[in-house]
Amino acid sequence: MSSATKDPYALKRSAKTPWGHPIVYVLSFILVLICVVPVLYIILGGFRTNSQITQDPAGLPNPWNVGNYLTVIASGTFWTELVNSLIVSVGTMVGVVILALMVSFVIARYRMRFGKVLYTLFSAGIMFPITVAITPLYLLLRNLHLINSQLGIILPQIAFGLPQAIIIMVPFLQSIPMELEEAAELDGCSRLGFFVRMVLPLSGPGVATIAILSFVASWNAYMLPLFLLNDSTKYTLPLGVQMFSSQHSVDTAQVLAFTSLSMIPALICFTIFQKKIVGGLAGAVKG
Amino acid sequence: MSEATTSNARPRSDRARRRFEVGVLSVPALVMFIGFVILPVFMAAYYGFYKWKGFGKPNVNGTFVGLDNYRVILTDPSFQQALGHTLFIAVMSLVIQGPLAILFALLLNQKFKGRGLIRTLIFVPYVVSEVIVGTGWSLMLQPTGAVNAVLAKFGLHGVDWIANPKIAIWTLMFIISWKYIGFAVILMIAGMQAIPEELYEAARVDGAGFWRQQWSITLPLLGPTIRMWAFMSIIGSLQLFDLVYIIWGQYVASTAGTSTMATYMVREGRLANNYGYGSAVAVVIFVISLVIALSYQKFVLNRDLDGAVEGNRGGSGSKPRRKARIRGAAVERTAAAVEAADTMERTAVETIRKGARAAAAPLMAKELEA
Repeated sequence: MSSATKDPYALKRSAKTPWGHPIVYVLSFILVLICVVPVLYIILGGFRTNSQITQDPAGLPNPWNVGNYLTVIASGTFWTELVNSLIVSVGTMVGVVILALMVSFVIARYRMRFGKVLYTLFSAGIMFPITVAITPLYLLLRNLHLINSQLGIILPQIAFGLPQAIIIMVPFLQSIPMELEEAAELDGCSRLGFFVRMVLPLSGPGVATIAILSFVASWNAYMLPLFLLNDSTKYTLPLGVQMFSSQHSVDTAQVLAFTSLSMIPALICFTIFQKKIVGGLAGAVKG
Repeated sequence: MSEATTSNARPRSDRARRRFEVGVLSVPALVMFIGFVILPVFMAAYYGFYKWKGFGKPNVNGTFVGLDNYRVILTDPSFQQALGHTLFIAVMSLVIQGPLAILFALLLNQKFKGRGLIRTLIFVPYVVSEVIVGTGWSLMLQPTGAVNAVLAKFGLHGVDWIANPKIAIWTLMFIISWKYIGFAVILMIAGMQAIPEELYEAARVDGAGFWRQQWSITLPLLGPTIRMWAFMSIIGSLQLFDLVYIIWGQYVASTAGTSTMATYMVREGRLANNYGYGSAVAVVIFVISLVIALSYQKFVLNRDLDGAVEGNRGGSGSKPRRKARIRGAAVERTAAAVEAADTMERTAVETIRKGARAAAAPLMAKELEA
């Protein structure tokens, strides 16, 4: 629409990003400080000793002390919980991606009324957050003997992750040109063959988005593991952080170290996440 | 097109084949979704009629009490308090985060060096998990914690941010705003970038200043984004559990005045071993959320969203593809990113629309047929 008229103009402007007004920098700096300082406090606090923290709760590490981090890294608990979290998050991610792709393919490429029914049904899932379902879900999983098992967390998380993933995937698959499918058909490719050979490779960005979203959601999930896991050897990191902080409530520095380490995977994922979504959503529109 | 011709050529086998494919592709997800999402909600409605400890079957090991659980819930002062807190949180989240998010988005929508980095950094609190946010803030907000230490350096007297019932709910509001505002800002920025630059130029020619432009152009055109964000925020607030439960625990929350419907449900249901009662609370939460969501949809979203979505869909769908064609293969990857961004944006709108409407699925089915 307006892109044709806007384009040359936009090129001229974005050729050199100007330095902003000083006030813009001051305000942005304050904003960033507010957002980041609490997180930095957790990370830096892990480098302090308890006596440093007691003496001046808001100070910087002096001297720096890596002991807390080393203790946490040397403890088996952290690694067990890390592995548990990885199993659950990767399991959820794979499940969401595969099932969402399959259903979205039906919704997007088979012109049937059933597809619309499916879409309506799954998008209704946004209205069924896990909070409402948690009590009966717990009973259901107990009847299925899935308490204290990773599978017991993965399966419901996949189910609750599907609506969002499908809503994101469907437009991606719809944007694959129909001509491509016709060409594939002429070449003797079946519909399922088209799905495997053309759709999967082409839907890369969409897959990446739903994979990251479901991974991070599962990595941070608290309520479902809280209900399902009583056995502390099965704990995921969020539960682990909570247990650690109540067990070591006098050892603040250690708690902070444990907490910071448990952030790392989500933050790594986030660097990918921000390129795909923050950068994409907010920045890439004007190229 | 081709489907019509092929199905004419070999109607029976093709139709059967299609059915088979659709079945293979959609049944696994359907089973999961119905089994773990839809079924539990109906189970809750059923269990809610019983006084039941959660062992065996409610109709064997429990007692049928009819609507008694609901009577108790609605007359329980601590539920009423929890409901009050939840509604307070829902309203205050809008009041606090909305204007701030728009101002921050205006700030970060200016062109200046380093803007990308800043946009990334303000998203950090949103990505860090609730448990970490809760643990970190509850340590910092202790009476002898970092926040009070900083205040003391400025000669101010700190307070007990967490346990003082007059302050606790505001502490919670602060933490919620801190955690979720990044998401609101990103949404607002995306909304602002959809506003055509020409409008501002015209306004400048007419002599409108910066704030006048924002007031007369940005704010009205940001309407759909704001309403959409507000919907997500409300739904989130009504389900609030993690942060409260982590910072205040199940018992302190009610004395500190921060209990929510969800923490009430967990305390009275799961922890008290009253699964019938807990299920009834879940049903109450669900109904309250549904009523609020549907009325929001009817009175706020419906008025303008339909048109906006259609316009957005048509405009943004064609733009990236045209661009790609013009600039050729070298930019294809960029175009894909643009497409992704566009899809995300469209998706967000659609999510809200569909989500809100889907609750009225039967109605919608009729609409589709018409």
